[in-house]
Amino acid sequence: MAALTEEQALLQEQARSWAREEAPVAKFREMRDSGNEFGFDKATWASIGEMGWAGIVIPEAFGGVDVGYLTFGVVLEELGRQLTASPLLASGLVAATALIAGGSDAQKKQWLPKIADSTAIVTLAVDEGPHHAPASIAFAAKKTDSGFKLSGQKVHVLEGMSADAFIVAARTSGTPGDGVGISLFLVEANAAGVRRQRLRTADSRGYAQVTFEGVEVPSEALLGAADHGDALLQATLDRARAGLAAEMLGTASQSFDMTLDYLKNRVQFGQLIGSFQALGHRASGLYTEMEMTRSCVEAALQAIDSGAEDTPQLCSLAKCKAGAFLHHVSNELIQIHGGIGMTDEFDAGLYLKRARALEATWGNQAFHRDRYATLLGF
Amino acid sequence: MAEARDALEEFRTEVRSWLAQNFPPSLKGRGAALMGGETIGEAESDARVWGKRLGAKGWATPTWPAEYGGGGLTQHQARALNQELDRAGAFNPLVRTAGMGITMVGPTILEYGSEDQKQRHISAICRGEVFWALGYSEPNAGSDLASLSMKAEDVGDHWVVNGQKTWTSGADHAQWIGVLVRTDFEAPKRDGISFLMMDMNQAGIETRPIELIGGASPFCETFFNDARAEKNEMLGELNAGWTVGKRLLQHERQSQTGASSGMGGDGSRKSLRDVAKDYAGVDAEGRLADADLRSRLTAHMMDAKAHKLTIARITAEARGNAKVSAAASILKNAASSVLQERAELMIELMGHSGLGWEGEGFSSDELAAVRGWLSGKAMSIYGGSFEIQNNIIAKNILGLPENTQRG
Ligand SMILES: Cc1cc2nc3c(=O)[nH]c(=O)nc-3n(C[C@H](O)[C@H](O)[C@H](O)COP(=O)(O)OP(=O)(O)OC[C@H]3O[C@@H](n4cnc5c(N)ncnc54)[C@H](O)[C@@H]3O)c2cc1C
Repeated sequence: MAALTEEQALLQEQARSWAREEAPVAKFREMRDSGNEFGFDKATWASIGEMGWAGIVIPEAFGGVDVGYLTFGVVLEELGRQLTASPLLASGLVAATALIAGGSDAQKKQWLPKIADSTAIVTLAVDEGPHHAPASIAFAAKKTDSGFKLSGQKVHVLEGMSADAFIVAARTSGTPGDGVGISLFLVEANAAGVRRQRLRTADSRGYAQVTFEGVEVPSEALLGAADHGDALLQATLDRARAGLAAEMLGTASQSFDMTLDYLKNRVQFGQLIGSFQALGHRASGLYTEMEMTRSCVEAALQAIDSGAEDTPQLCSLAKCKAGAFLHHVSNELIQIHGGIGMTDEFDAGLYLKRARALEATWGNQAFHRDRYATLLGF
Repeated sequence: MAEARDALEEFRTEVRSWLAQNFPPSLKGRGAALMGGETIGEAESDARVWGKRLGAKGWATPTWPAEYGGGGLTQHQARALNQELDRAGAFNPLVRTAGMGITMVGPTILEYGSEDQKQRHISAICRGEVFWALGYSEPNAGSDLASLSMKAEDVGDHWVVNGQKTWTSGADHAQWIGVLVRTDFEAPKRDGISFLMMDMNQAGIETRPIELIGGASPFCETFFNDARAEKNEMLGELNAGWTVGKRLLQHERQSQTGASSGMGGDGSRKSLRDVAKDYAGVDAEGRLADADLRSRLTAHMMDAKAHKLTIARITAEARGNAKVSAAASILKNAASSVLQERAELMIELMGHSGLGWEGEGFSSDELAAVRGWLSGKAMSIYGGSFEIQNNIIAKNILGLPENTQRG
């Protein structure tokens, strides 16, 4: 990251060495092979809590440090490099964002301090089908005498297996496609009628399918105003996408470094394979793409921090560019490693699998291209 | 002309009635699953019976000489046979059970083998009784195969082989293996290599399966420790193994052009169009609702069509003379691009559902698409990588100068 403040630079150094030593990709592999049902290592998550990273955007009054999204991005990028799996993004960034922006005092008091010190995990449950489509939410929340009754299913919920509470995007009026009529609810995972099933994905993070069978919640469970949750949801998703783009940038940068390293070490035909221009030019192209992507990711995070008007399109830009670059570099990582790249023993496959999982999360490239055009008014 | 056509029609009739009597109906349309290595329960035993019958008839290797157990068919007849197999929902299971035997080793033995070698090896391959592996690649000799260092020493009545091969597909269950070994360390690299055929059933050869990113373990590290090769198992002349080995690689490439069933697909059983409609939705006129996706899918389908048409055109231009040609490099690269792109589109279409590894929450089609997407990444690596094919095209077809040292 360019132009980091002194604190950010220090944090980057700390995050990089911590991830490399305490939560390297080997640990993710170990977690995968152990069949861990949460999709992350509890001790790793506890250390993240001790370092205070889950409170980076949380106000001091609620136990955080409130230093902004660019700073959060610095950490996420470093964890992305090592494929470190933890609820940091889902809980510390996404759920915290929704709570800060839309939570009642009581909700903030109850959840933010625990999110900040990583003793609670809260996650956003938005998607209902194979594709991210927040505009067509159909999940029903019906008004009752004392509150609402939630029925429906949410899929691909990140950290869905370990969450203590879900922020559920539901429809309280209107029909799928309407902007008005969307409400967010904070639902505890142990509420009667909540069922979750682990999804064993190619990327072994903790994804779940969560079913709500007539779950009764009081009106106080609303996060923000009834029927008018769309703006809150959009703002939350944009911050989620920017944070995710930072993580993807890290995953992609590491893929690039591994590829470059191989180009500089593997000898065939009596010379380093990096000396073949067919490969050297591809590395140069990837490097160029990486620089472009970094600019987009940083711009999105900075826009969030400064409250810039073009934040939504910059977030779509960042997610789209990070997706394209990560897709490209993860394929090259395998191709340029030849046979070794295809083996599970080598890490390339883990990066490729993670790349596709993140691509599908909160809108793929096509989704964000379309959204970018819409936001630009054509 | 008319006579030839009549003769071909007669042959078709013969094939149809033979299929009606010999192809177990339980296997109809199950070829993709079976060839993809899936277990298909009871049908497995039918598949064995079917393989035996097809092999005994010589039709698993239709154009190979009948005297060694092949079908003795002309190229035209072989094509008709394939069409009839397709029409009946039948398939050739021996392509799988022979390992590299049918696609690569057999054709090379037919070309370079001694009479005795043909007698011993070819008929066993035709019947699908022997699974062949190929030991070419070594840890330090992949694309630069000529720098291989596994050595064979002449100890009078046999060869003693020492060294290591890697990425050896199917070595853990192969009965025979064809290896390239160094027999002369003084000569320039390409002039000191020989091709040996070795019985895998011996203590001197050990295999260690390596798991692939797609989960299965079809390839191995293969260690040769004072392993034994018989004197009569050298294919081609001593120190002429490079020529023999390169010829075999051409056969390999040929089998990976997408023209024959030797090439793995993307693991999916549904057409891309149907998957698109199911997962992405259509508008009132039945068009894919997402215009961007529609356009990208169409671009891919056009590439796939162009690839198919090119195979057909090259085949037609060869006028039934199935010579391996430099065009195989073009077709192989086009095939791996098309199939890899297809697999990527497939999982993109499936979205969150196209990320499943195992267990509940995903359909078997979805799981197969993910595994196929991962294993398909190898298509541009094995059989001479994408880059190496491009080097071959540049040099052999376009006549461009080579800048890689020949070593
Ligand atoms: C699934 C699978 C099955 C296989 N089965 C077999 C088998 O049964 N038997 C067997 O012997 N081998 C097998 N192989 C090995 C395969 O043939 C080699 O992986 C391949 O030849 C590449 O060699 P390498 O892996 O050492 O990569 P390298 O040769 O080290 O290549 C690394 C990268 O450099 C590129 N490169 C190398 N030279 C050049 C150049 N001059 N110009 C431009 N780019 C270049 C390559 O294209 C590649 O991208 C298999 C491989 C796979 C993935």
